[in-house]
Amino acid sequence: MTKKQSKLEASNLDAFYGDFQALKNINIAMEEKAVTAFIGPSGCGKSTFLRTLNRMNDYIDGFRIQGQIQLDGRDIYAADVRVDELRKEVGMVFQKPNPFPKTIYENVVYGLKIQGIKDKKLLQETCEKSLQQAALWNEVKDKLDKSALALSGGQQQRLCIARALAIQPSVILMDEPASALDPISTAKIEDLIHELKKDYTIVIVTHNMQQAGRVSDHTAFFYMGELVEHAKTKTMFTSPKDTRTQNYITGRFG
Amino acid sequence: MTNSEKNRLKDKAFQVFGIFCTFIGLVVLAIFLIDIVIEGIGRIDWDFLTSLPSRRAARAGILTAWAGTLWILVLSALIAFPLGIAAGIYLEEYAKKTKLSDFLEINIANLAGVPSIIYGLLGLELFVRFMHLGPVLLVGALTLSLLILPIVIVTTREAIKAVPRTIRDGSFALGASKWQTVWNQVLPASFGGILTGVILALSRAVGEAAPLIVIGALAYVPFVPSSPMDEFTVLPIQIFNWTSRPQAAFLTNAAAAIIVLLLITFLLNGIAVYLRHRQQKKIKW
Repeated sequence: MTKKQSKLEASNLDAFYGDFQALKNINIAMEEKAVTAFIGPSGCGKSTFLRTLNRMNDYIDGFRIQGQIQLDGRDIYAADVRVDELRKEVGMVFQKPNPFPKTIYENVVYGLKIQGIKDKKLLQETCEKSLQQAALWNEVKDKLDKSALALSGGQQQRLCIARALAIQPSVILMDEPASALDPISTAKIEDLIHELKKDYTIVIVTHNMQQAGRVSDHTAFFYMGELVEHAKTKTMFTSPKDTRTQNYITGRFG
Repeated sequence: MTNSEKNRLKDKAFQVFGIFCTFIGLVVLAIFLIDIVIEGIGRIDWDFLTSLPSRRAARAGILTAWAGTLWILVLSALIAFPLGIAAGIYLEEYAKKTKLSDFLEINIANLAGVPSIIYGLLGLELFVRFMHLGPVLLVGALTLSLLILPIVIVTTREAIKAVPRTIRDGSFALGASKWQTVWNQVLPASFGGILTGVILALSRAVGEAAPLIVIGALAYVPFVPSSPMDEFTVLPIQIFNWTSRPQAAFLTNAAAAIIVLLLITFLLNGIAVYLRHRQQKKIKW
């Protein structure tokens, strides 16, 4: 097996909220077209790190970083990088399903419309394709003009995934995408992640160890702002190197 | 008497006291309204609404007054809404939290509490004397706009604040700029709330007499204003003028004019309540 290329890479990354240092010297490379899971107890920095990957922390007063994050070898915090261009490349799905209070169709094509795309045919085709990719098309194809808020939580989350896919990113960040969902909806999201990793690089934050085990190829364990361990998921779960990792995945804390 | 009997008695006592407190305001208002309606309702007819003012009570009408009120309403809305909503959006979505923004915030809240006559003096000094505009509709509307601007800003901010952070995040994550997010997500979701606040602010402006008297609006204007640069009167000034006359017939006129003014205010408040209700039904986060 040839070694896959790394898609995203952080080097010597520190992050601060005002005086508080949330991330300490993070070095990690995330493989292309694979799933990398971030695990760790609350407040360990995993979500902060995820949100630095598409610069969602930019709007938080007092947030700053040192070090580098590279996407396909390009520094995403460089002065000439435009945040909106970056986010077209790096999509994001949030913890709580957050559909816009608009129709299902409008939700999916929102990302295209704000790019100024008006071609109706293109919008409709993209809408269908994205909903199919997100395994939602069959459930909603007859009610595209109905409010997205009328969908169930699990459907809403798949709609948010479809919405992210519509702008054709190469990376999808998922911040605990199933933590607000019931087990059946969770299973659907996990199946979907399996499908999507054929075409996309996926980074997922999860609190659920079993979920990390089921969906990810690589796992990174964060603790108190440090990246303690990063390895193949199987290796990590069977023979963790660090005692903190071992204690966490065996449920001794967190 | 046992303890539990005592407690029940106290409970009952407070209930009665509570009902008394609730009704005292309503009863006073009701007595006032009934009194006004009995006094004035017979005076309201087509002639009263379409006649110019007159020295003789029986011939006097409120055409110029309600036309002036309408002008003021529309002009104030056109001036205060864009300014207030834009300022609200800026403070809530764009301004960084600094000492300056805290200072601005506190002072805008304070401005909402400044007596209206002070705004009248400001309008007199700034628009009438310094800019030489004269006591015209535009000046009245500008003055009342200053008066309601803080209210519009504060309500806009409250309505915008009620839009969940997650909606903004969702929009940003799809590559939207701040303005695209505000325009496509935040404003549509908060529009009902903003409009409600803005209409309530307007209904306050409609009832103001003091600041307009200070800038020099007249009680006797024998023509219907046809441009923002015309002199004017409004219903509250007409009412104030009539109630200060000795003849009983003018008091009847005043009561009739009060009914018209109240109807305008109730109509505005009704629209505000309706919009808020519709908004709450439409969007549940």
